[in-house]
Amino acid sequence: MNDLSPWLLLAGLGAFHGINPAMGWLFAVALGMHGESRRIVWLSLVPIAIGHALSIAVVVAAVLTLGLIIDQRLLEMACGAVLLGWAAYYAVYGHRHRVRVGMQTGFAGLGIWSFLMATSHGAGLMLLPAVLSLCLAAAPGGELTAARSIPVSLAAIGVHMGAMLVVTAAIAVIVYDWLGLSFLRRGWINLDYLWIVALTVTGFILIL
Amino acid sequence: MASWQPDPSFYPSPRMAAKAPGETLAYVAAFDPDRKKPDAIAVVDVDPNSSSYSEIVGQVKMPNAGDELHHFGWNACSSCLCPNAPHPHMERRYLIVPGLRSSRLHIIDTKPDPRKPKIVKVIEPEEIAEKAGYSRLHTTHCGPEGIYVNALGNADGKAPGGIFLLEPESFNVLGQWEMDRGPQTLAYDFWWHLGHDTMVTSEWGTPDTFENGLVPEVLLGGKYGHRLHFWDLHKRKHLQEIDLGEEHQLVFELRPAHDPTKAYGFVGCVISLKDLSSSIWTWYRDGDRWAVKKVIEIPAEPADEDDLPPLLKGFKAVPPLVTDIDLSMDDKYLYVSCWGTGDMQQYDVSDPMKPKLTGKVRIGGIVSQASHPKARNGALNGGPQMVEISRDGKRVYFTNSLYGAIDPQFYPNGIDGWMVKLDTGENGGIAFDENFFIDWPKGHRPHQVRLEGGDCSSDSYCYP
Repeated sequence: MNDLSPWLLLAGLGAFHGINPAMGWLFAVALGMHGESRRIVWLSLVPIAIGHALSIAVVVAAVLTLGLIIDQRLLEMACGAVLLGWAAYYAVYGHRHRVRVGMQTGFAGLGIWSFLMATSHGAGLMLLPAVLSLCLAAAPGGELTAARSIPVSLAAIGVHMGAMLVVTAAIAVIVYDWLGLSFLRRGWINLDYLWIVALTVTGFILIL
Repeated sequence: MASWQPDPSFYPSPRMAAKAPGETLAYVAAFDPDRKKPDAIAVVDVDPNSSSYSEIVGQVKMPNAGDELHHFGWNACSSCLCPNAPHPHMERRYLIVPGLRSSRLHIIDTKPDPRKPKIVKVIEPEEIAEKAGYSRLHTTHCGPEGIYVNALGNADGKAPGGIFLLEPESFNVLGQWEMDRGPQTLAYDFWWHLGHDTMVTSEWGTPDTFENGLVPEVLLGGKYGHRLHFWDLHKRKHLQEIDLGEEHQLVFELRPAHDPTKAYGFVGCVISLKDLSSSIWTWYRDGDRWAVKKVIEIPAEPADEDDLPPLLKGFKAVPPLVTDIDLSMDDKYLYVSCWGTGDMQQYDVSDPMKPKLTGKVRIGGIVSQASHPKARNGALNGGPQMVEISRDGKRVYFTNSLYGAIDPQFYPNGIDGWMVKLDTGENGGIAFDENFFIDWPKGHRPHQVRLEGGDCSSDSYCYP
């Protein structure tokens, strides 16, 4: 546990997810504008964060459960293959899907939206190398165990979410209170490209 | 293909879109009423500093004859910036051009040379009938789930008409949009309130009741459409039907407020069986339901029997026939085309329940045949029809043909196509740009106008 780099990576990815308008801050700002209320901006961040965290938790739980059954190397290969597949799918189809949540949504809908967005973007998959390395470092003899993995992975998700929430909240409030939305016209760079690169790199890290 | 930055013609809000640079080109649907030679999308120079101002500077012909090009739209627009379904890196590049009669769908690329658009894909009616179950394609809008196209008939050309989705990059037909259409059977126009997750649709009739012209028995029997339908935009479910009353025949163009926080809009009704008047209705939110109120009534004008087409002789009056309306980007001015009398009217609708007439010009018209300063032939026929407003609200363009089979019922001596432009006053008022008059080349009649970069009926917004 001397190595801080997985934790930094988790926090960095949290910031990376947080700056993406498609992960929630923009929705929070829009809802605030519709309700003419900064309070709505703040409140909206809660379901957005919960949805994002749940999406990641589901992926991490599934992978760790698999890790209890199969060999570690095999697990990394399998996860890497899923990541590469996800990146490819995302590159081709990822940005088109059924729209289920609209501007009149309540907080429950917003949480579901955030869960779906994080899941479809492969947000949880992107964290796997960091989470796996932390769980393995915490495991006696390099064998994954549920008892050791659960607290470590919860902490990992907590660090990621903390970073994401701070960045999301900061951007949402700055945009809502000062900046306005006109910067989006040129400033909304194609994070999907970076996202695909991140998924691909993560996939290779796991496989190699 | 996606780009690094959003398309420069996408604006988060209508307020920002109203500051967009002026358009230099307009695309205009032009069709052959005899259905002998191919229809076309014409490119019109609308840059006042250009030497070819007010001229057709290019056109792309359709591969077949008899499509009856009518309305059309863009593959992508400002709704791509919506927070719930963002696709900001699409390009506004392709025109989606349906044939109302042929049910054929053309995808036209306006790049690399916007003056020389090219057809890149044609979807045949059989494919649309098979995958979506619809025919007689009418209006298109770019929206949260891609490209929405509506159709006036089902695969067999009967009721129900409805909406289908088109994938905005591959242009594959995705299928019928409605998941629960409730009591809706007739279709005409559709649009939405993105801020209120609501789709609105209006009604004309089944193809057999208009493809050979309006059927007097159907019209006088009150059997054309007279209802509005409200839908859950994301559940794709019919929520509410509002009947304007059987005497209000042909409920056409829908113009919801551009500001997504506002829950009201305007719809035009072509003709009242009671007195041949046309009317504009405002729909609005009343508690947790939608409601409508008639806010404008434009009366028929008494006329000499000799000046009227056979269809109208008995009535001794010329109906205004409001067949298109358009709302400025700031939701302040509503433009109303009176295709029968020849009026283009401008209303201040700052208070949507109490419109005030602020401007009026007359051109063409069944009886008046009013002229234009730049027209060589003094008596113009046809009347103000498809109207489009620049994003900044300073310029208004319109053409004079309604529909191939209906044109001769009201203008039996034929319609010679024209396109004109109005300049608008700072505080209301409209006047002809005396330098803008297109005497449309014979053999084609102009219909809908779309402006380069977007206009007041092409884009919808998620932010106020």
